[in-house]
Amino acid sequence: MSPLSLRGLTKSYGGQRVVDGFDLELEPGRCHGLLGPNGAGKTTTLRLALGLIEADAGTLELLGHALPAEAKLARRRVGVVPQVDSLDPDFTVAENLQTYGRYFGLSAKTIAERIPALLDFAGLAGKADAPILTLSGGMKRRLTLARALVNDPDLVILDEPTTGLDPQARHLIWQGLRRLIAQGKTLLLTTHFMDEAERLCDVISVIDHGRVIARGSPRELIAGHIEPHVVEVFGEGLDEWKACVSGLCRRCEQAGETLFCYTDDPEKVVAELEAAPGLRYLHRPANLEDVFLKITGRDLRD
Amino acid sequence: MYTLDSRLRGNDVMNWFPVWRRNFLVWKKLAGPSLLGNLADPMLYMLGLGYGLGALLPDVGGVPYLNFLAAGTLAYSVMNSASFETLYSAFSRMHVQKTWDAILNTPLDLRDVLLGELFWATSKSLLSGIAILLVIWVLGLYEDFALTLVLLPVAVLTGFCFAGLGLSINAVSPNYDFFLYYFTLAITPMVLLGGVFYPTTAFPAWLAAVAAWLPLTHAIELARPLILGQWPQGMLLHAAALLAYGMAGFVAALGLTRKRLLR
Repeated sequence: MSPLSLRGLTKSYGGQRVVDGFDLELEPGRCHGLLGPNGAGKTTTLRLALGLIEADAGTLELLGHALPAEAKLARRRVGVVPQVDSLDPDFTVAENLQTYGRYFGLSAKTIAERIPALLDFAGLAGKADAPILTLSGGMKRRLTLARALVNDPDLVILDEPTTGLDPQARHLIWQGLRRLIAQGKTLLLTTHFMDEAERLCDVISVIDHGRVIARGSPRELIAGHIEPHVVEVFGEGLDEWKACVSGLCRRCEQAGETLFCYTDDPEKVVAELEAAPGLRYLHRPANLEDVFLKITGRDLRD
Repeated sequence: MYTLDSRLRGNDVMNWFPVWRRNFLVWKKLAGPSLLGNLADPMLYMLGLGYGLGALLPDVGGVPYLNFLAAGTLAYSVMNSASFETLYSAFSRMHVQKTWDAILNTPLDLRDVLLGELFWATSKSLLSGIAILLVIWVLGLYEDFALTLVLLPVAVLTGFCFAGLGLSINAVSPNYDFFLYYFTLAITPMVLLGGVFYPTTAFPAWLAAVAAWLPLTHAIELARPLILGQWPQGMLLHAAALLAYGMAGFVAALGLTRKRLLR
């Protein structure tokens, strides 16, 4: 059984289709990513998937329950890490977990037994009695993750789990998420960070304008959508150099002061660059960000 | 996997309780100052006006002014407590702390959240009523002790009424400043027209007709006779009116909050 199955999902606000024929079938025990620019419909899709809002059209099934009719029942087995911090500032770390566990109908005893392991998992051992106001941003985020696990969910839904965190804190969250995947939990996360999606996700759905425009593993997406090598070129004399290089690479794209040369044969481009000492360059393998920018465009979304 | 069987076992009727309990546990941490606030403001009104103004006045409705004022203070205090809780405090939880959003991600739904808030505000306002009742007992501002016990259910009904109304205002409020409209346009007129400080018998007919519709009037029509040693006239009507206002407010709150948070 698929932990979450969305078919033909449509949702409009004020005549604008925010979700437009969206399909998604999660595989148990894997990490799924929703990648898309601002306003692509990521958060709306998650809210639909939790049965919080009703779709205009389409069928949804969450852990074997039809939504929205059986949403409350289905949510018993789901953990959610929301985008915006919603910890209870009046409670301590442990009180936050206790209070949240009670919303799932768990007994005080069950929750108390789970708290040490949850704190351990979140790297918050010894912080049980700390007030929320004394926690750093990273600690709060980890506590929010621990809170989402208080009901021992089968599916964990995370909306931009590492936005606003420093690199150290992000790595700690990633570590935790990988442990969840190893435990066999299914993950569904949205993110703006390509490296995050590349590191964590088994399957990535790139979405734009409310529909899936590409899907696959990070490697599949890169292999299927883009040339294997990228040479980024910037510096004095770029405009003159640009004219003579176009034959050497399959695709060139200029963004601001940088020229992105996508190619199967980077040696030729690099050799050409050696002859232009005013230019600086960076040769790297193509990554998910290149795919993302290619298929969603470089225009700013607000 | 949950089967139909476990669905039937789920005690849906009490789903609001964890929400009530969350608010109670937060309140417990600051119970001291909170109780003092519940008590100090209405006490000062009652004692200041009761003794100060009372000294200048002949008996009002056959009793000393302080005794007359006691019922009004009780209803006013319960109303204020329920209103503040469902406006400022509930707004913080809904809009600022996103507590409601967090709860909605669990098996609880918006009805559970709002019922929890409704019952919590009712409980808290009952506490305000009890605080005033203690003062009434200590100062002996009553005729028949047994009848003053009926003030407890009156406080519950009054709290319920204003909690329901307050939640509906909370649902449409863009910010804290908005509540000032409610206090200026609804609460203050009620205090002045509902008979808190003086009997409304001297009002011209049209003003009396307006006053008769106000929720606070119904609360005072119940509370005042009970303190003066009589069973209220039209008791069921007044009780039903409070209940109806509260329920209408709650139903509106549910619809409007759903529109606000879940669309």
